Amino acid sequence: MRKKVFEGSIEYFQVLDEDGKADKALEPKLPEKELKRMYELMVLCRVFDKKAVSLQRQGRMYTYAPLEGQEACQVGGPVALEKEDWVFPTYRDNGAYITRGAPLDLLYEYWMGFEEGAAMPEGVNVFPVSITVGNHLPMAVGMAWGFRMRKQKKATMVMFGDGATSQGDAHEAMNFASVYKAPCIFLCQNNQWAISTPSAKQMCSNTIAQRALGYGIRGIQVDGNDVLAVYKAVSEARKRAEKGEPTLVECITYRMGLHTTADDPKRYRSDKDVEAWKQKDPIERFRKYLKGKKIWNEKYERKVQEEAVKKAEDAVKKAETFRADPAKFFDFVYEKKTPALEEQKQAFLRGE
Amino acid sequence: MKSKSKRSCGVNEVLEITLINAINQSLDQEMERDANAIVLGEDVGLNGGVFRATEGLQKKYGPARVIDTPLAESSIIGCSIGLALAGFRPVAEIQFAGFIYVAMNQLVNHLARIRNRTQGKLNMPIVIRAPCSGGIRALEHHSESMEALYAHVPGLKVVIPSTPYDAKGLLASSIRDNDPVIFLEPSKFYRAFRQEVPEKPYTVPLGEAAVRQEGEDVTLVAWGSVVKASLDAAAQSGKSVEVIDLRSIVPWDKKKVLESVEKTGRLVVVHEAPHTGGFGAEISATVSEEGIFHLKGPVLRVTGYDTAVPLAKREDYYIPNAQRISKAIIKACES
Repeated sequence: MRKKVFEGSIEYFQVLDEDGKADKALEPKLPEKELKRMYELMVLCRVFDKKAVSLQRQGRMYTYAPLEGQEACQVGGPVALEKEDWVFPTYRDNGAYITRGAPLDLLYEYWMGFEEGAAMPEGVNVFPVSITVGNHLPMAVGMAWGFRMRKQKKATMVMFGDGATSQGDAHEAMNFASVYKAPCIFLCQNNQWAISTPSAKQMCSNTIAQRALGYGIRGIQVDGNDVLAVYKAVSEARKRAEKGEPTLVECITYRMGLHTTADDPKRYRSDKDVEAWKQKDPIERFRKYLKGKKIWNEKYERKVQEEAVKKAEDAVKKAETFRADPAKFFDFVYEKKTPALEEQKQAFLRGE
Repeated sequence: MKSKSKRSCGVNEVLEITLINAINQSLDQEMERDANAIVLGEDVGLNGGVFRATEGLQKKYGPARVIDTPLAESSIIGCSIGLALAGFRPVAEIQFAGFIYVAMNQLVNHLARIRNRTQGKLNMPIVIRAPCSGGIRALEHHSESMEALYAHVPGLKVVIPSTPYDAKGLLASSIRDNDPVIFLEPSKFYRAFRQEVPEKPYTVPLGEAAVRQEGEDVTLVAWGSVVKASLDAAAQSGKSVEVIDLRSIVPWDKKKVLESVEKTGRLVVVHEAPHTGGFGAEISATVSEEGIFHLKGPVLRVTGYDTAVPLAKREDYYIPNAQRISKAIIKACES
């Protein structure tokens, strides 16, 4: 006897086309104020990011991982969450930090090589970045699972790239989320590149979203350069999370910049590809949409740009004048220093 | 490969090259020598590795022998075991030593034990190369010096070169070795200086330390990223310091260290790795077991601290520098 025991398919959607025209059936009903907030955040992400790259190039900051091109994911995803939810980002997700209200000066401080920059103030529910790829998925699942055990209405969202989906931790985490009905959203930014490895060499599956089916959870693919599509997908996933249904959201986007400022993409990809993706720029697309809705005009743009530049510049000033205690790296190894560690710190302070 | 200068030295060409050039040359020559040698890892092919250690190799040997893998260290090492079973001699690159940990199970439970598990029937001719240690102002997990962790695992060999000459010869030995070798490369030395290195293939045996300078007052044992600072410290201290570069941690050259301690009566061990359980402790314990009557005073250690390696702004506070090492040399000589 033979019979079909599983059948599945994956849906893709886009709300805004490349000209910023909305699919009316899918368009989320967002008030003007919220739309403007999203646009302003996207602009702020880009300004922050360009400033960071330029600081690194001037020798004022260390290695940095640019987010350019991924603003729709990093704003559209986090804004769809509740304030009490938690986000688990990667090193490329400064935009998610910004969207969740992280002080910009702390972000710059972190990339200038201060541990202090990773410690978020109370109320900014963003876990410190996972530098090793894909290892933070189980943590996000665990927290979500814990929320569920405590009957709290909170969720977690873990952000990762296409490369991370090759790690065992990513697969294990999705299975755990499924088994324990963890209110967790897996937000994959498929930006096509894991340093020099294109998605097509990273995997042979047509989509990343389809992997969800293997774990018995929902998977969806959206246009990751369309902030409203990401917003809609994550909003829906957030609603399902409350019912104990995890979702894998694959956002199709593109890493416009370098892997990090230590990378040279000319070695492995053509300018032509990058140019083609420039036409899909997430900020420009959203701007066209807002213009169509008469929310956007030149005057507003100038104001948004000026404010973003000022915020970034003020933050840089603050970060560059930050003075830290050199010996602080001894202080958070344990709750209370071991005697041996205390001896080491004292020797360090004596200059031995 | 580009080199700054090239001169003829008898019958052999001698090139002035960097440590990264030496690694590249060794990989190239070993792949040429042995058709079973393959290179695999993240970004090692088209991109030539993030530090360019594998530059040009995919072009020369093709994508079947220089393989860009998916991003999964556990499978890079696990599959290397399988590839070795199929007769290959895999040289796996882990992008940074701090990325190895997801593969620890493959490394500790399997790779290190397969010879024993098969009662000697199977070789595991695998080299795992990884940039290690700090000093390059990188992000978290990019500056690890965890050689003692691997040294503690029976079945693994652990090698850390500090010069281009050694890097080339030790890597050749490691690739030809039938046991697994963890080959840690101090990333801050990749392009820090050049050294004259013979162009033709040669080996530097595993387990043989190099005396970098002879001395009478005190023996200093160091390896990898702190060898240069140790030599600077020796010069600053005004003492006659015998500086030994261990080069290979497992096996380590106990004989050379004990002979030197017998001569000087004093020992300072320097490593960048954390203090507690560092390989310096093993050396100190061995000298106390087998050479205590040569000692005029306590063995001193200059090491990293028992903390995470700090991020860029504070990493110089963590890494043993010439000043700290010099103080220890002088202190040792007081006894």
